[in-house]
Amino acid sequence: MIITLTVNGQPRTAEIAGWESLLWVLRERLGLPGAKDACLQGECGSCSVVLDGELVCSCLVMAADAEGARVTTAEGLGTIEQPHPVQQAFVDHGAVQCGYCTPGLVVAVAHLLERHPDASDDDLREALSGNLCRCTGYGSVLRAVAALRKEQA
Amino acid sequence: MTDLGVRRPTLLGGVGESAARPDGIAKTTGEFEFLGDMSADGMLWGATRRAYVPHARIVGLDVTPALAMRGVHAVLTFDDVPGHRYQGQHVTDQPVLAEGVIRHWGEAVAVVAADDPETARRAAAAITLELEELEPLTDLEEALERGEVYRHVRVRRGDPEARGEVVVEGTYETGMQDPAPLGNEAGLALPDGAGGVDIWGPTQWTHVDHRQLSACLGLQPEAVRVHPCRIGGAFGAREDLSLQTHIGMLALRTGRPVKMVYDRSESFAGHVKRHRSQMRYRHEADRDGNLVRVTARLLLDGGAYELTSAAVVANSSYFAVGAYDCPNVEVDGYVLRTNDPPTGAMRGFGANQPCFAAEAQMDRLAAQLGMDPLELRLRNALEQGGHLATTGQLIEHPLPTREVIRSLAAIPLPEPNDSDDPRLLPGGTGLTTPRSGVVRGVGYAVGFKNLQFSEAFDDYAEARVELTPDGAVVHTAAIEVGQGLVTILEQIVRSTLNMTHVRVAFDHTGRIGSAGSTSASRQTQMAGGAALEAARRVRDEALERAGGDELDEAGVWRDGRLLASLEELCAGAAIEHHVRYRHPATEEPDENGQGALHVDFCVAAHRAVVDVDVDLGMLRVVEIAIAQDVGKALNPQQLHGQIEGGIAQGMGQAIMEEVVLDRGVVRNPTFMDYLLPTSLDMPPVEAVLVEEPSPWGPYGAKGMAELPTVSATPAVAAAIRAATGRPLDRVPVRPQGIVGLQ
Repeated sequence: MIITLTVNGQPRTAEIAGWESLLWVLRERLGLPGAKDACLQGECGSCSVVLDGELVCSCLVMAADAEGARVTTAEGLGTIEQPHPVQQAFVDHGAVQCGYCTPGLVVAVAHLLERHPDASDDDLREALSGNLCRCTGYGSVLRAVAALRKEQA
Repeated sequence: MTDLGVRRPTLLGGVGESAARPDGIAKTTGEFEFLGDMSADGMLWGATRRAYVPHARIVGLDVTPALAMRGVHAVLTFDDVPGHRYQGQHVTDQPVLAEGVIRHWGEAVAVVAADDPETARRAAAAITLELEELEPLTDLEEALERGEVYRHVRVRRGDPEARGEVVVEGTYETGMQDPAPLGNEAGLALPDGAGGVDIWGPTQWTHVDHRQLSACLGLQPEAVRVHPCRIGGAFGAREDLSLQTHIGMLALRTGRPVKMVYDRSESFAGHVKRHRSQMRYRHEADRDGNLVRVTARLLLDGGAYELTSAAVVANSSYFAVGAYDCPNVEVDGYVLRTNDPPTGAMRGFGANQPCFAAEAQMDRLAAQLGMDPLELRLRNALEQGGHLATTGQLIEHPLPTREVIRSLAAIPLPEPNDSDDPRLLPGGTGLTTPRSGVVRGVGYAVGFKNLQFSEAFDDYAEARVELTPDGAVVHTAAIEVGQGLVTILEQIVRSTLNMTHVRVAFDHTGRIGSAGSTSASRQTQMAGGAALEAARRVRDEALERAGGDELDEAGVWRDGRLLASLEELCAGAAIEHHVRYRHPATEEPDENGQGALHVDFCVAAHRAVVDVDVDLGMLRVVEIAIAQDVGKALNPQQLHGQIEGGIAQGMGQAIMEEVVLDRGVVRNPTFMDYLLPTSLDMPPVEAVLVEEPSPWGPYGAKGMAELPTVSATPAVAAAIRAATGRPLDRVPVRPQGIVGLQ
């Protein structure tokens, strides 16, 4: 079957098999490997993308259900030449180590700050608890977000 | 040649700065190509058929149903392994694919290459596999009785008759922990068209993989190139081969590139774990609290194949007493062959298990003596000039044990929790702990471990530094797993050459010699030491060629005048130096485990503060503080990152992370059931870096990234003991233990 969707502002079309998830389509059909595949069960958040304004685990979304949807991935936030402020803050505050959770975390943080710019530290910890990071212990991630809130204030 | 108008450039990102990772932004945008993101033209996908039983005889194996499927290009078993059919770093006892017998849950039996991953998966499932199940050996005492011992480390020091008046005894247990790097195993094998193969796989040491791969694939060493990987974490899980041999076999058989990716459950089956342990301890002290004698017997579950277990049990045994002076010691450490999943390296490498037990013993001893637990540790602290309690080795270099304890004690305690926000109470939002039912506990632990490889291992690292018109390039085969070696190498070479533009090129095994493993807290000192020495030689040659006395980004200077630009310097023969760097030599143990077995040591002290619902058995870790010996801080931000991340893993082992084994069967091989600490579980960390420069590490630096894990576990357990008054002699601590039902 063929699906059409808008990814990072661009209209995209993909020929898919029925079993494919949105994550699979992003990674293998559309050449967007930013969303990762660390658990494929919606537990780790490494595949986080924004789907029609909602933060989702793209591994749990059937590709066929994304017909007509608007999707934003880490690639859509910024590039090496022009990173998004969240991406720059992650690097500045040491929130990137192995980097496998990073694209998903960056998408989650950008989405959270857009919707809840006044989130407290405890709100942040709760909101990001669906994104597992094995390297940082989260401290640097929270410091990056704190610095961004200060800039926005 | 002279240029009076050139300004002296400023050095940015040298040693001591919190320089940013060069690959950081690419990792945030998805542009950093991880192993699982790689592809090649005409690529096939691999899949593995595994047997999910702990012990069985293979009575039937028929691959024809898989081979008959459309889109399947190869199905290979043990008989198809082209070269040596067994792999392993120390002893090659692990069949590349199962040889007639299944020895552990999840053992690989056959591999498939097909047009797409779904066909490969279905083909693997279509292989007919008939098993006759056998009784698994999973009891450690029984394994010891049966002589299933990979290695016995025997330590005897001091007077066997010496006795202390105050005695505490205990038995302790630690669970099997999964390194659980977030990047699951993935790899690509690319035939070179001339009978050889290029392999990208999850690794911490390409050259040790290369040795095994060329043997198992039946190829000359030069026909196999193992490439550095871009990998989502390691923590020990990549020290042993996982899918590399399999994709190499499939690529050679089909003549096409083969990619393989494990999902999380297969990842649990496909990489090594931290040894579970059972430990028996007896501490004896005089009335003043001076340790007189420590006796310990340690049993580690080595699982079905040996891998690195012999070195792990050595660490457990030699660090069985901790960072304390004690003149009389008797340790027997055994690592045992069982039908549990293979165990190997994980952050701390055998130092964690005895640290949990020995630190609990120190607390019990303090209680019996009526002494403050930190006072007891200070009284017995092992420092420079003392002798390692187990091996008798003189501690030649700085070891700031007292300083880390005192620095830790000076960190203010967190305020009491006066909020009813359920997120700040044990159990979190889903449970009903009232604030009135919460008891706060504070616990301490000191961690202690060796750095680099020990026991006379020929431990070296190679690096090559070349000067170019645009700066310098550092070549190494050392593996960047996410820890930030790439940044540290840049910083070391920047400071040595006094120039900002330095980049690291990670080379495959055909281009440069071994850098040794990214493990044992070793690469800052080893790859860093090699890069430092190579950069010094480059600097000296540049100065000599131009006849100057200072080098920087602009070129070589004398008396404020630029004598030669980098371009001019590089116009003739290349200025490059290749170094094979060795740390000071170590000795083999004698028959009593005595000798100078280690090159250096690192120490840290942890304090955990935990709120416990003593009725429901729920808890919340409020804060973890640490003072850590770092030698010299080359990059403070990265050090804090290693400390916080290491603590998360140590805390995980204390309260939530365990591979649940049921007679050899793993019951929780998913992230739904194997719990990693989330941002809600992980508390704020207060960290103090203690700097006493290493006399041989680059710019005084020491490796340090294992210690934050080692003593976090016992500190958290001690805090829960303090809150509950229960013995809690196993980790992870379970709710039933907290409420006294265990």
